[in-house]
Amino acid sequence: MHIVVCIKQVPDSAQIRVHPVTNTIMRQGVPAIVNPYDLFALEEALRLKDKFGGRVTVLCMGPPQAEDSLRKCVSFGADDAILVTDRAFAGADTLATSYALASAVKQIGKEQAVDMVFTGKQTVDGDTAQVGPGIAKRLGLQLLTYVSRIVEVDLEGRSITIERRAEGGVQVLKTALPCLITMLENTNTMRFASMPAMIHAARTQVRKWNKDQAGIEDVEKIGLKGSPTVVSKVFGPTPRNEKAEMLLVEESSLRDVSLNLIQRLFTRHPIIEQELLERQSA
Amino acid sequence: MSETPAQKAPAARSGRKTELPEHLKAYKGVWVFLEHDRGHVHQVSWELLGSARKLADTLGAEVAGVLMGGPDEPLAQYAQEAFGYGADLCYVVHDPVLKGYRNEPFTKGLTDLVNRFQPEIMLLGATTMGRDLAGSVATTLQTGLTADCTELNIDPVSRALAATRPTFGGSLLCTIMTLAYRPQMATVRPRVMSMPKKEATRSGRIVEVEIGFEESSIVTKLLDFIPDASSNKINLAYADIIVSGGKGMKNADNFQLIWNLARVLGAEVGASRPVVQAGWVEAERQVGQTGKTVRPKLYIACGISGAIQHRVGMESADAIVAINNDPNAPIFDFAHYGIVGNAMTVLPALTEAFRSHLAVRSRAGAAAA
Repeated sequence: MHIVVCIKQVPDSAQIRVHPVTNTIMRQGVPAIVNPYDLFALEEALRLKDKFGGRVTVLCMGPPQAEDSLRKCVSFGADDAILVTDRAFAGADTLATSYALASAVKQIGKEQAVDMVFTGKQTVDGDTAQVGPGIAKRLGLQLLTYVSRIVEVDLEGRSITIERRAEGGVQVLKTALPCLITMLENTNTMRFASMPAMIHAARTQVRKWNKDQAGIEDVEKIGLKGSPTVVSKVFGPTPRNEKAEMLLVEESSLRDVSLNLIQRLFTRHPIIEQELLERQSA
Repeated sequence: MSETPAQKAPAARSGRKTELPEHLKAYKGVWVFLEHDRGHVHQVSWELLGSARKLADTLGAEVAGVLMGGPDEPLAQYAQEAFGYGADLCYVVHDPVLKGYRNEPFTKGLTDLVNRFQPEIMLLGATTMGRDLAGSVATTLQTGLTADCTELNIDPVSRALAATRPTFGGSLLCTIMTLAYRPQMATVRPRVMSMPKKEATRSGRIVEVEIGFEESSIVTKLLDFIPDASSNKINLAYADIIVSGGKGMKNADNFQLIWNLARVLGAEVGASRPVVQAGWVEAERQVGQTGKTVRPKLYIACGISGAIQHRVGMESADAIVAINNDPNAPIFDFAHYGIVGNAMTVLPALTEAFRSHLAVRSRAGAAAA
């Protein structure tokens, strides 16, 4: 079985700070990590490899530094790592990104046919959840999003049965390979990388592909040019016109502060008090 | 609103397309994909009809709903409801292959409808179905899609859809436009837009469409649907009163104070992202850009600093009470009532004050009755 796992290197969003005056992102010193959602995809792919044998190839599009994230994936057990990196990809939105990644998956498939592609359900920096479906559609793969469990894989029959999260329940779907799976979070626990595996990862050659090596056929479809969406404005939130009514605990007892709040709240929002009273009597 | 000059309009650079080609100018109307499952339409679809109505009125265009489902599903009845919420017409597709959501037939159906009837804007709910479908349709149609928008407007200059969403992990907002492609697609999460008023007497046109599916050509089969157990269902998005806790609660044990107040108020319990990441409460309780969007009548935020990521998920609450010991916490910029103090000491007092107030009032009410 040959599985390709698409990952993204993202800034650790928990550590992003916005400059209080200029409202710009302060990127300095923010560590880069593998998109946390992608690790659930990688772990699931590694489990399938443990069970059925075969290979796991990790694929990433990004700047040269993204090599670190690919190495991390190799330390967990991926066999091969490919970084698609070219200035021509800069400014890509999700449509252009899925074109570039789909081209690269096709190139990987020329070396060894691909049975499954895995992605995380979304990234933590873009939060769009659009690239996985995009890759599937471009490659004509069966698309399975928000997968919570892989029930069964029948390699000889070329079929797979999975459970996927839907509104109000779980769908059980059966489809044919090759397919693309976007893995739901908290569906598995990432294994630890052993010391020898980390040493092996450090020595692993990450293959770097430029746009030609990645098999890009139409340069009009990559980067800024290939992106239909245009960011017209980036801005901070608008402050509310009306300032909050502030109550300071130092100035009065906790009980007084609480009663004061309740009185102000219910005077201005009698409907809330009414609703609470109705609940009391119910 | 403070704009960031460095981030401004890269549109003009590098020869990218920003002019709408002649053949796409015929695309007219605002569409909403009406999501339904097991007998009812998802409320997010009605919320989107409200937004679509405003956009269409600005453009002088019509609002259309799209309904796809099995032969025995009451799509005409859903269409009547849609007219009440602002749709002028509904495209209705009945087909056995559309019973239960599957990506392949729904992508084909919606793509075919777009190519045939050419809408300029298409909105979908950012649910597991809507996101699965929107990404697939946008890629097939090769057009722009903006996920999880918190605001939708028409840009007065270009007449394009200006879709605003949080960016960079929810620390800033950005406005995104699709200038040279049609339709302009966007998804919006449940509860982000307000529910429109229903006008039961409003009517509209139903356009029945045949797509011509073949079940034999659809590879994926739906074997089963396992509904969630209702006993442990957390309905945060539609709760009227929410008590929410953040990292300022210091540890999981202190979070009990949140539960205590919630019990007195009959409220749902919410949490900020760090609290969910620390595992103090279930992921379903997360409020914010990567969690649930809520619009309760009352939202009590305890020990929550108020980062944009959290703010965009709850700022439409009618009344926001914030308890935080940092008087400069951003939450006080958009709360209606602020208590500057330690949530661990304020919460027990507030819980007791609510309990006694409600007890006295309900006794008084009972006596009067």
